[in-house]
Amino acid sequence: MSEEVKNIIVSENEDYVINMGPQHPSTHGVLRLEVCLNGETVKWLRPHCGYIHRGIEKMCESLTYPQIIHLTDRMDYLSAHINNEAVCLCVEKALEVEVPERVKYIRTILAELTRLNSHQLWWSAFGMDLGALTTFFYGLRDREKILDIFEESFGSRLLHSFNTPGGLMHDVHPNFQKHIKEFIKYFRKKLPEYNQLLTDNVIFHERSKGVGYLTKEEAIAWGVTGPSGRGSGFECDIRKHYPYSAYDKVEFNEILYTEGDTFARYKARMDEMWESMNIIEQLVDNIPDDGHTAKMKAVLKLPEGEYNQRVETARGELDVLIKSDGNKTPTRVKFRSPNFNNLFVLNKIASGGKIADLVAISGSLDLVIPDIDR
Amino acid sequence: MSFNIYDLSSFTSSIDKGLNSAMTPFWATALEFVIIGLVFLLFYAVVGLFLVYAERKVCAIIQNRVGPNRVGKWGLMQTVADLIKLLTKELIPIKRSDKLLFNIAPFIVILASFMAIAAIPFSKGLQAIDFNIGIFYIIAVSSLGVVGILLAGWSSNSKYSLIGAMRSGAQIVSYELSVGLSLLTIVIFAGSMQLSTIVESQADGWWLFKGHISAFIAFIVFLIASTAETNRGPFDLAEAESELTAGFHTEYSGIKFAFFFLAEYMNMFIVASIAVTVFLGGWMPLHIGGWAGFNHIMDFIPPLVWYIMKTAFIIYVIMWFKWTFPRLRIDQLLTLEWKYLLPINLVNIVLVAFLTLMGWYF
Repeated sequence: MSEEVKNIIVSENEDYVINMGPQHPSTHGVLRLEVCLNGETVKWLRPHCGYIHRGIEKMCESLTYPQIIHLTDRMDYLSAHINNEAVCLCVEKALEVEVPERVKYIRTILAELTRLNSHQLWWSAFGMDLGALTTFFYGLRDREKILDIFEESFGSRLLHSFNTPGGLMHDVHPNFQKHIKEFIKYFRKKLPEYNQLLTDNVIFHERSKGVGYLTKEEAIAWGVTGPSGRGSGFECDIRKHYPYSAYDKVEFNEILYTEGDTFARYKARMDEMWESMNIIEQLVDNIPDDGHTAKMKAVLKLPEGEYNQRVETARGELDVLIKSDGNKTPTRVKFRSPNFNNLFVLNKIASGGKIADLVAISGSLDLVIPDIDR
Repeated sequence: MSFNIYDLSSFTSSIDKGLNSAMTPFWATALEFVIIGLVFLLFYAVVGLFLVYAERKVCAIIQNRVGPNRVGKWGLMQTVADLIKLLTKELIPIKRSDKLLFNIAPFIVILASFMAIAAIPFSKGLQAIDFNIGIFYIIAVSSLGVVGILLAGWSSNSKYSLIGAMRSGAQIVSYELSVGLSLLTIVIFAGSMQLSTIVESQADGWWLFKGHISAFIAFIVFLIASTAETNRGPFDLAEAESELTAGFHTEYSGIKFAFFFLAEYMNMFIVASIAVTVFLGGWMPLHIGGWAGFNHIMDFIPPLVWYIMKTAFIIYVIMWFKWTFPRLRIDQLLTLEWKYLLPINLVNIVLVAFLTLMGWYF
């Protein structure tokens, strides 16, 4: 081997550094992880973000409030509806608008459908990360049903900017309730299949139990929220602790697992799917009929001040902070996105494990890269 | 020239006789080499293409999909179209790679699988070489493939490839032991390493049924270990798409990649063939002791068809593994071999020796 080749493979300090990403099958997007290896063991890793940075927060400063909604879709595209809702709730709070009950109910149902759809895709991709290729098709088969419901009402399947400040763009399709009930009935039968295929598999247990251990204290310190944080016993469900929309009207459990390993995070998400279905079932039959939007002015000008709203997306806590000077565009918008915090705990919990563990752990944190970079 | 589908040895020997009468023995043998080589080349390509198609259809069934159905009837020409695509693709030269080893690696992998086919008895009398050390030869030759994989990983000058090659090396070297030991159990039972003798010894019942529990254990171990040895899921760590992009063949393109791809499928075919030959009676029809009528009906199905049916079954099982199981981690993989399969195998060998000594098998 020539000297030149040797220098490339082994750097001066003998660290074997590989770049996972920006193009890599298991980073689910353009995330670059600089991983230092010792044989198969991960010594440390450094996430590099910015490959899909679009400056959404800066762009928001030159857009009106109804326009901002459309940008928030593009952050966490799998929780598009919930991102919309966060901005809408924030603007409504600032304008002190009371939205009709119907809007609250439909928003909650849609948020839970979004969560279901997001978790289905996560489950599909997580199986792929672990090498179980069939999960992808099982997950997407069922996700398709939700997307069909979305398409019917909003015309788009993924990024449906359906919320506007004060309500919804238009009323939902007449078949909305019927199709949701059909879907819940269908998915209650299909979800056990997920367990048969992956959850009960002995290799899966080997791969996920005791891997990527995150304690409750660490989860709080790093701000790991959502199912990832709840897998470590961190009670961080905004829906439960700071209810918004119609969450105060429904009975549901906050899924908590105390093990803190990859399997606990997995189980937290799987159980959340059941809880989401429970929430939808409680709401879908009693949607009130009092209009799909509150009376809003043509141009929205927020009073001077700072406004904050927290929501629970499929991946954790999304905070929206809007600073207004009384103009029709905000002075500053800040999103506290769940994935950003969830990503940076990766070094903590994946160091010392194997490469395969790193993939499993990053899969179990359910990262959506555009949400990290914004 | 006589052609009897139930006993092809008369057919092959008549060709041999014809050639020998037409030319000197040296040239006749040389011509036979060429003919057999060409036949195997053709066979290799056809089986490879068919297996790729079969895998796509099988995984499609498992995954609630239809699979290829556009190119040709039932998508049968899909793999041919893919092959043409791969043949016409650019062979990307890798900077600072070891050119010689990089180019030679796919051929070593292909060669190993190609050599192993030669000793497999496809039907009565349809076997290129009938060694008296057939099993030993197949184990020796098929494990040469790891050299190609290691070279591919090493010479591509890619970190992913190198990790893939290291994994593959560790994996194949470990699982080679289990493969060898599990085959040894039947060698003890049959008292021969010659594949034709092993097949003949199963005329009144396959070793899987004759050999009590120990043959069954050996069969399961062989199935696991051979899946690992062919680098297929759930043991596809050397490729591990989600971890190492494509492992040892990350840097290969075009037909060189196709060689690795083809070799993987042929290795699967070979391990299925060995499993069938050693445990499931090779081309022998299913015979149940005492059921004369049933046995007679089974005899009507030609040996070649029996062989293909059994091999297809084993291949299906191996594909089934791949599409339903998650991948193991490298330490779990080695733990499985060294802490579970190998001790089980060693105990099993002692058991088999005991059973054979006492004559406690059918």
